[in-house]
Amino acid sequence: MAVDSGEAGTRASAEGSELTVPATSASPLARVPAQALDVAAIRRDFPILSRQVNGKPLVYLDNAATGQRPLAVIEAVRRSMAEENANIHRGVHYLSEVATLEYDAVREDAREFLNAPASHEVIFVRGTTEGINLVAQSYGRSTLRPGDEILLTTMEHHSNIVPWQIVAGQTGAVVRAIPITDAGEVDLDAYRKLLSPRTRIVGVVHISNALGTINPVAEMTRLAHEVGAVVVVDGAQAAPHMAVDVQALGCDFYACSSHKMFGPTGVGMLWGRSTLLESMPPWQGGGDMIHTVSFSGTTFAPLPAKFEAGTPAIAEVIGLGAAIRYLRGVGFDAIGAWEHELLVRATEAVREVPGIRLVGTAREKAGVLAFTLAGVHPHDLGTILDADGVAIRAGHHCAQPVMERFGVHATARASFAFYNTLEEIDVLVRGLHRAREVFA
Amino acid sequence: MSRDLDDLYQSVILDHNKTPRNFRELPPPASHADGHNPLCGDRLTVWVDVDGDTVKDVTFLGNGCAISKASASMMTAAVKGKSRADAMALADEFQKLVTGKLDGAAERKALGKLQALAGVSDYPVRVKCASLAWHTLKAALAGAAEPMSTE
Ligand SMILES: Cc1ncc(COP(=O)(O)O)c(C=O)c1O
Repeated sequence: MAVDSGEAGTRASAEGSELTVPATSASPLARVPAQALDVAAIRRDFPILSRQVNGKPLVYLDNAATGQRPLAVIEAVRRSMAEENANIHRGVHYLSEVATLEYDAVREDAREFLNAPASHEVIFVRGTTEGINLVAQSYGRSTLRPGDEILLTTMEHHSNIVPWQIVAGQTGAVVRAIPITDAGEVDLDAYRKLLSPRTRIVGVVHISNALGTINPVAEMTRLAHEVGAVVVVDGAQAAPHMAVDVQALGCDFYACSSHKMFGPTGVGMLWGRSTLLESMPPWQGGGDMIHTVSFSGTTFAPLPAKFEAGTPAIAEVIGLGAAIRYLRGVGFDAIGAWEHELLVRATEAVREVPGIRLVGTAREKAGVLAFTLAGVHPHDLGTILDADGVAIRAGHHCAQPVMERFGVHATARASFAFYNTLEEIDVLVRGLHRAREVFA
Repeated sequence: MSRDLDDLYQSVILDHNKTPRNFRELPPPASHADGHNPLCGDRLTVWVDVDGDTVKDVTFLGNGCAISKASASMMTAAVKGKSRADAMALADEFQKLVTGKLDGAAERKALGKLQALAGVSDYPVRVKCASLAWHTLKAALAGAAEPMSTE
């Protein structure tokens, strides 16, 4: 058996990759003039952006992997650890009271951030991955029956695939993939045909980390609800880049990660409809999630504590609160407009490089530019760009079904945040030319 | 930290990447093994044709970065004609080379053309790219030892 040598796919469709920028966009990405953002001032808020890498100014274009942290977040974590450290929800002493107040206050920031109806519907988890696993193991495991179907788009991150495969194995449910088009958009006709009374759960990524596609979550949710299915949205990439409104989306669960939205690692948010959350069994047992415990039986605490067993990531949650307030201060209208500008300029510039094939050319796209360069493997490209201080990601981006769909083994991916500049795009493009020379 | 890209992407490496040697399949009874680097998705297959104690032929096919492809290509050239034990020993020496653990110049010299890959030791995340082919070779040689294996 032969393993194919791969580059054929790279050359196959170097042409014809079109990024269409809709003239009148319904997305929040094109409303406000880009000048609304003082990028230079914003960059000063992020200490790491002024460092050098390999003797060159850092050009950080790996924001889809993790965002950088502003001083406001760093300071909030420092203060929590240096001045207010105590366990929460248990001490009567002063520090515990302060820490508890600070921690609990973030839940209201989170509610507002997601426009959730009630703050007790927001569960603090370790991140998107844990949020989805919670839904799969609590909601999925307690409700799925043999033959029930879980529909997932082909562009899901592994963290919105594997938890469903696990629960499918436990319950006899079946996972089915919703096809995507050559542009990297959900094939809505195919989706409609897949929906049936057997569909119990639909999983969809709000913004694809591998393609940049912004999915029509509201429309997909409406269709799913028509057959009585519950919709789980992976918001890992959307939360840092656009205003999320779970009520407008109409979905049932929404998960995101603090570290992608410029907060600390180790924490994230899961929003769920309270009617669902209340009916769901706890998925982890321990301290903080109980009402009373005895060996003859235990009663569980009300939301959100029921799903937050054990001591949480206290300083990190407090840091997440600072990140949410920082984002609120900058504003998603300005963020969206600038990131759209970066995407359009970068797309134009990168497409000029001979041998480039863009992977992901949806009409509605966030600041993710994935591509292959003929004759240069993405890993080598990553190493060559790194020598110029440019950080991109190379690989399958935890989305192997996407790679398979587009017939590539890996892509290079530049992903933008509101602190990136047009000059940084120039550095990226110069690096692409340099890579072509090395491998000429 | 100052690393020179030219040390990593030497012309001999670029050449093997562009025109890999022994880039083909071997028919049975040659044994083969598949190598996979789950981190980056690189995959390759190495075939070995062992006659008695001699590695008569080594080939590979696969997809990967320049480092992994060049490493595999250079490996096939280096191992062909060696005894099984010498091939295994070379694999261990090579691992030392790319992790920067070779002792003296003499030890280095014994690796011949493979020394071109020494630059990898400055790039810890790329070490796996260089060693994938060699790990796969070891597996293929182990397979060749047991012709009854139901692989
Ligand atoms: C779309 C998407 N979903 C889920 C995840 C997983 O997030 P985390 O690792 O923070 O749980 C990521 C992060 O890579 C992502 O990009």
